[in-house]
Formats: sequence, structure tokens, C-alpha cells
Amino acid sequence: MYELNITRPETLADAVEALGHDEAMALGGGQTLIPTLKQRLANPETLVSLTGIAELSGISRDGDMLIIGGTTTHAEVASGATDYPALAALAGGIGDPAVRNRGTIGGSLANDDPAACYPAAVLASGATIVTNTREIAADDFFEGMFTTALHDGEIITAVRFPIPQKANYQKFDQPASRFALVGVFVAQTADGVRVAVTGASEEGVFRWTDAEAALSADFSPTAVDGLNVSADNLIGDLHGTPEYRAHLVKVMTKRAVAASG
Amino acid sequence: MTQVSMTVNGESVSGDVEDRTLLVEFLRETLELTGTHVGCDTSQCGACVVHVDGKAVKSCTIFAAEAEGAEVQTIEGEAAPDGTLSTLQQAFQDNHGLQCGFCTPGMVMSAKALLAENPKPTEAEIRAYLSGNLCRCTGYHNIVKAIMAASGQDVSSIAAE
Ligand SMILES: Cc1cc2nc3c(=O)[nH]c(=O)nc-3n(C[C@H](O)[C@H](O)[C@H](O)COP(=O)(O)OP(=O)(O)OC[C@H]3O[C@@H](n4cnc5c(N)ncnc54)[C@H](O)[C@@H]3O)c2cc1C
Ligand code: FES
Ligand code: FES
Repeated sequence: MYELNITRPETLADAVEALGHDEAMALGGGQTLIPTLKQRLANPETLVSLTGIAELSGISRDGDMLIIGGTTTHAEVASGATDYPALAALAGGIGDPAVRNRGTIGGSLANDDPAACYPAAVLASGATIVTNTREIAADDFFEGMFTTALHDGEIITAVRFPIPQKANYQKFDQPASRFALVGVFVAQTADGVRVAVTGASEEGVFRWTDAEAALSADFSPTAVDGLNVSADNLIGDLHGTPEYRAHLVKVMTKRAVAASG
Repeated sequence: MTQVSMTVNGESVSGDVEDRTLLVEFLRETLELTGTHVGCDTSQCGACVVHVDGKAVKSCTIFAAEAEGAEVQTIEGEAAPDGTLSTLQQAFQDNHGLQCGFCTPGMVMSAKALLAENPKPTEAEIRAYLSGNLCRCTGYHNIVKAIMAASGQDVSSIAAE
């Protein structure tokens, strides 16, 4: 790791100020950033640790919305998001207990790993990402592998999830990395069904709109039987071919519908 | 350089370290508490698990500066001052839950966190909780058995493998 300074502000205003400098970078739970720094793939002069800022952490309810602070850990969501059980279960399936005790929702979304779990929940729920300057709809947030709509120095302060009527996340684990080889999040709301797929595409998380239409008409696993998932642009690596991932998208979708509560 | 202070196994400690110092480096190199091991240094293996404010974390994936003011527990704090092993440590010994012992500090600290959350875990719960702790020797079976035994559960039905 290159040399760096760490600052630990206690207010959002101080963090925004510290991140205003070039070569400064936010530090969430560090579960992705610290390994990246060890490989010298990033070289920030200053890390601005967000985890000491009380106002950025915690889970609250506002009408039919569940609001999760940007530095809330995966473990806190797993045990605290009881109003949205599918989301709690997703958080409880990320990595392992030690990773969940440090990793944060804001860090996961800002990082936008193509195999990460939270992007699927955010996109399928039609959640809103709240930053220190604006609100970004999930449909506008993810811009491809490791790329989001966030500007330099912008901080995810919270994520607002509308609570669906029914939802479920099915993750086919890649057992070595513990990320998703393919993960599918299905959410049914009064406006219809949304299906978001992670782990599968070279473009990062995406909505499977054919399945959304079929499931909005008939919310049952067999509703997607006649659909085909194209292997074009899907990830192929030593863990699975694009065709294998395409097959898994459909299987995981059916399982998620069957398990939706 | 920054001064970091924390409580480690009940004792107040501090040291001047570079900001990039990881908690595990502070423990092993500054405090010379070498019980916490570094197996991978890439957040995968769990040999470095310690507790920070009661929570299991990978000490290779947190900066020492982030543990400022925290209560840290390492494997060195497990046995009594006279050397008597903790229930969990004794169960690892009795059930042959270690071979080379490299993963053991992390296994014990993870198991301790599990039992604090869930005093009578099932075999499946134990295996799931240890998903971030890798062991190259034991095949896990006797580790699981040791944790079940330490939680006061009958292990006679778990066949030796
Ligand atoms: C062994 C292991 C297994 C894992 N398994 C999974 C898995 O199954 N599923 C999964 O989804 N993830 C998995 N992860 C990743 C984990 O969820 C990380 O916690 C997460 O990707 C990053 O969150 P963080 O808080 O640790 O962010 P950091 O590592 O601190 O930061 C990541 C990036 O986000 C930026 N950032 C951090 N917080 C904010 C914020 N509030 N606002 C703006 N930018 C911010 C940082 O500047 C950095 O660029 C795994 C990680 C490990 C080590
Ligand atoms: S040394 Fe920390 S996880 Fe392997
Ligand atoms: S006992 Fe050797 S690695 Fe676990």
C-alpha cells in the first residue's frame, strides 16, 4: 500500500469538505477499498473515513419507505431491516460475518461490482440513492461495471427503499469469492413486478424486462418458462460460460418468484 | 505518523504508527501480539479475525486508526492469566479441532462471536458462520464438532471422519 493519511470526520459537512480536495477518497467499511489499496490499484493521498459519522448510519421507516443510512453495515441491515425481509436476507448473505460487520451499503453501491448483491435489490425495488447533493433514481444510478452516476467526492448518505408487497433474492454463490455467480432480485409492487439481475452481465446489474412483463401478468414461476435469456454480453470466465449464466438467470428468477413472501 | 490508542484484551495500549498501518500490523508488529495470524492478506481466509467492540472483523482489512478508542480482543486474551484454556480452546484441543494450528486463532475468535450471538448453533449454522474462515488441514469436521461441544451440545452423533 502506498503512503496515505486517514481522517475521521464526525459530521457530514466535515467529510464533504475533506473530500473536496483532489486525491481524497471516501473510506466506508474498507472491505473492497483496503484490498484495492494493498494491490496499489488506488493511490489516494487522504482517506476520509465515513464510519464515525453518526448521522449516516441506521435504519428508519418513513411511511411505506425503509431508509438505510449510507454507512449502515451489512450485519446491521441483516438484523435490522425487519420491515423488508428480502433485503435483510440479502444483506445476511453477503460474504461472511466479518465482512458483514464492516462492509456498508454505501460502499457496495458506490463500488458497483458487477457481482455485488445490493445493486440487484436497489434496482428491483426502484430505490432512490440519496447523496449529500441530490437524489438519484436506481434506474439512473448504475452505469455499467464499477461505474455509477456519482461525481467525485459525492457521498451516499442514505438509500430509500419502497417496501414491495412481495420480494425475494436468490443468489447462486461463487463459493471461492462468495459473491454472486448470478443473483436475481424479484419485487412485486402495486405498479407491477421488477426483476434485477446481478453477476451475469458485462454491463453490470440490469433489469430483465421480458420477465417483468410476464410476471406482472402472472406472478408465478411458470410465467417465465417461455422466455429466453440471450447470452450476448453475459460474463464468461472459468466459473461459467455466458450460456451457463443465461440459464442461471432464468432458474434463479423462478426460484425467487417461488420463494417470494 | 499518528498516535493510536485502544484497549487490547483489557489493557490500554497506544503507539505511533503510519496511517496506512493495518490493525493486524499494529497488533503483531507494534504490540508483538503474534497470535493473530495473516494467512492471505486479501480478506479471504479469516486467520486474522479479532473482535473490535465485540464484533468479529478481519484485522487485515481495517486500519489501526479505525480502531482508535475501541475494545479489541485477540486470541491472547482467551486463556486465563495462569494459562488455563477457555472452554472453546479446550474443546478445540479435546476434539482435535486443529492440526497445524495456523487458522486456529481466527477460528476460535469467529466461533466465540458466533456463540455470543447464538449460544446453541446447529451444525449448519456453524458451517455457515465459518464461511470466511479457511482451514487447509482439518477438513472442518472437528472444528465444527469442537464448537458444538463448547456450546454444551452432544457431539456423540457426529461421526469422526
Ligand atoms: C471475502 C469477501 C466477500 C464478499 N462477498 C460479497 C458478496 O457476496 N456480495 C456483495 O455484494 N459484496 C461482497 N463483498 C464486498 C463487500 O460487500 C464490501 O463491503 C462492499 O463491496 C464495499 O463496501 P465498503 O463499505 O467495504 O466500502 P469500501 O471498501 O470502503 O469502499 C468501496 C468504494 O466505495 C466508496 N465509498 C464507500 N462508502 C461510500 C459512500 N457512503 N458514498 C460514496 N462512496 C463511498 C469508496 O471510496 C470506494 O471507492 C465481499 C467482500 C469480501 C472481502
Ligand atoms: S489474513 Fe486477513 S483474511 Fe486472510
Ligand atoms: S489447522 Fe492447519 S490451517 Fe487449519
